[in-house]
Amino acid sequence: MPELPDAPTPTPPPGTEAQLGEVAEGAPAHERTMDDRAAADAPAAGVAPRDTGWLRVSPKYIVVEVVGSVIGMVVFVGAALVLHATTNQAWALWAAVALGVVSLVGIALEPRRVRSIAYRLRQDDLLFRRGIMFQRQVAVPYGRMQLVDITRGPVARALGLADLKFVTAAASTGVTVPGIPVEEADRLRDELVALAETRRAGL
Amino acid sequence: MRPTRVTNLADGDWHRLHPASPLLRGGLVLIAVLGFIIANLRERLVDMFLVVFAPDLGRDVDGRVDVWRDDWANDPIGGIVSNGLTGWAIAGLAVVVLAVIAGFWLSWRMHTFRITNEAVEVRSGILFRSHRSARLDRIQGINVSRPLFARLFGTAKLEVSVAGQSANVHLAYLGSSLADGLRADILRLASGARAAKAAAVTDAATGMHPASAPNGAAPGEVQRENGHGVRNPVAAVIGQRVDELLAPELDPSLAPPESVVHLPLGRVIGSTLLGGSTIWAIILVALIGTGLVTGQLWMLFSFVPAAIGLVSYAWSRITKSLRYSIAGTPDGVRIGHGLLSTGNQTIPPGRIHAIEATQWLFWRPFGWWSVRINVAGQSVSSSNDAAQRTLVLPVGTVADVHRVLALLLPDAIGEVDRFIDPGLAGRDGAGGYSRTVRRGAWLRPFSWRRIGWAATGGIALIRRGWLVRRLTLVPLARMQSVAVTAGPIERMLRLATVRIHTVTGPVSAVVPVVERPEAFALFERLAAEAIERAANDTSLHWRAEVAAASGAPSPANAEHFHAG
Repeated sequence: MPELPDAPTPTPPPGTEAQLGEVAEGAPAHERTMDDRAAADAPAAGVAPRDTGWLRVSPKYIVVEVVGSVIGMVVFVGAALVLHATTNQAWALWAAVALGVVSLVGIALEPRRVRSIAYRLRQDDLLFRRGIMFQRQVAVPYGRMQLVDITRGPVARALGLADLKFVTAAASTGVTVPGIPVEEADRLRDELVALAETRRAGL
Repeated sequence: MRPTRVTNLADGDWHRLHPASPLLRGGLVLIAVLGFIIANLRERLVDMFLVVFAPDLGRDVDGRVDVWRDDWANDPIGGIVSNGLTGWAIAGLAVVVLAVIAGFWLSWRMHTFRITNEAVEVRSGILFRSHRSARLDRIQGINVSRPLFARLFGTAKLEVSVAGQSANVHLAYLGSSLADGLRADILRLASGARAAKAAAVTDAATGMHPASAPNGAAPGEVQRENGHGVRNPVAAVIGQRVDELLAPELDPSLAPPESVVHLPLGRVIGSTLLGGSTIWAIILVALIGTGLVTGQLWMLFSFVPAAIGLVSYAWSRITKSLRYSIAGTPDGVRIGHGLLSTGNQTIPPGRIHAIEATQWLFWRPFGWWSVRINVAGQSVSSSNDAAQRTLVLPVGTVADVHRVLALLLPDAIGEVDRFIDPGLAGRDGAGGYSRTVRRGAWLRPFSWRRIGWAATGGIALIRRGWLVRRLTLVPLARMQSVAVTAGPIERMLRLATVRIHTVTGPVSAVVPVVERPEAFALFERLAAEAIERAANDTSLHWRAEVAAASGAPSPANAEHFHAG
């Protein structure tokens, strides 16, 4: 298991390669490494970034999602089983089986879902897309970002990952890039905040 | 002591509010409580006066004195009187009254505000001080409201709304004409026209003391040099109050006459009766009727409150639509409304994030439309007040919609205007709108022929809706983000939905069931154009270049100063 980073380290990263070694599926991994290096070399303040191409989130994020799904499955299936045991209702058993099957299918699809999450820094805006069944792609101009938020759940922290949340004046924007290595997230946050500062125009 | 005439409040010094403010804010409750107590104790007080001042008359009262004496818990007043503590009681009462008055006076003393070149700041509180400041370039709108009580005192409440939940700065209360003047000053400062302040513009500005002047004059003692002369101060003040009460909230002579929308009373009532709430009213009446017929009383109890709510909604809608007015000023759109409690709202240029004209099915035979907007900071809560503020045109004709849009989008209306009519009622690619493909009918069986979009002059126009026709306009300079989404059915039909995200409000800009390649093209186009428009947007300091060009204080100042 990776180390537990307890404070955000300001020094950016050649450390990201540690995680990148674990990329399972072939081709994009090389692209990603190069893109990351290119982006890391760019100065943080105010300079328009080059188009990074689509970047995937860390494959370790699959673990975070799977753990969450498993906990949810255990809770719901357990509740249905307890209901069955106490009231001896047949439908509770069926509900438990259905919930279990649905959850297992969901867990099986988790790698694909995580692989569908991608973000891309363009010259003037950030693109974010995710979803297999319900696809969604959002463009947020840098000048519209009100704040950039980093959140880390317990599992993500153990894996050295963080969620990067972009807040605009519109509540419906809802762009949260999950599963970014912590150093990368810190660097992105600083870079994007600096960009937002230079591009800001009103609300 | 004569109050010192204030000519300009926006001079960067700390000023105080109207002396009647504490009374208007909370004191009326106190007076009501006192009145209630006195009304209930009237009999007892009469009795007591008999005991104290005319003991011979009150034979039967004397009989009860012994009872009072022993019954302190239930009848403290009787106990006080019969124990001869009346003097102390009166003294205690006086102390309480004095303390309350001192508290009011202190809270008035400590409540100060100032308008600098950067911000509007308010300091208040006696024990817990608060200091709130609103940056001028973050101002989203200024509302001047005059509740009925405040109007009787000739005062008004000024609210500076900034983006953010409950972050608004309230100045309650100011002298009525002073509030109008102050609004103009704040807007002038916010507009970026930082020219020297024109003196002697607020000739009518009285009733306000600078921080240095002691609290000498009651609000009613202020004399005004208007048409009533100074023959009798009381009569003059009363006459002026009457004038203020009768004066339209927005002086029509201030605005270009053609831009003022006239709202006949019949249309207001008719549109309310034919509004969406009518169906709810019918359902409720049916439910209550069946409840009565079948003797199910619980139905009565559960639905009567809803009916009352509905009636009060309709009533407030009608009263607030009365004397509605909208006009363009150099500092933005001003919307006034209200009969007894009036209010008006000024939205500076560049603060409108989305506009939507809607027409509900029942309004279609009459050609009525209503217009709503999204404004930052105001429409977060769904309260009646917020809903009122986002409603720019309660009900109007197509011509009214044209006029209102011309006010709301002064820069782009030349390009947008020809898209309005086909956008309101057209379909099938009429008037330059895109049209969606036939398979969109699977998801939008009624409205698919109406769904279309157009973009011109930095405005995205979205036309949709059949049951409720909608035309949504989003100034791309203020678009927050854009999204394209596709669910499983949409993907099967090779369709997608494009959403333009703006600040929270009643308007949501959605283009449903667009063909997939077109949706992504639209997405890219909107993303690119929004960045370009935002970079070139100068409406934040809307008069900066005007002032720079003329090098003189803007003549528009004088237009806003209209005393009653």
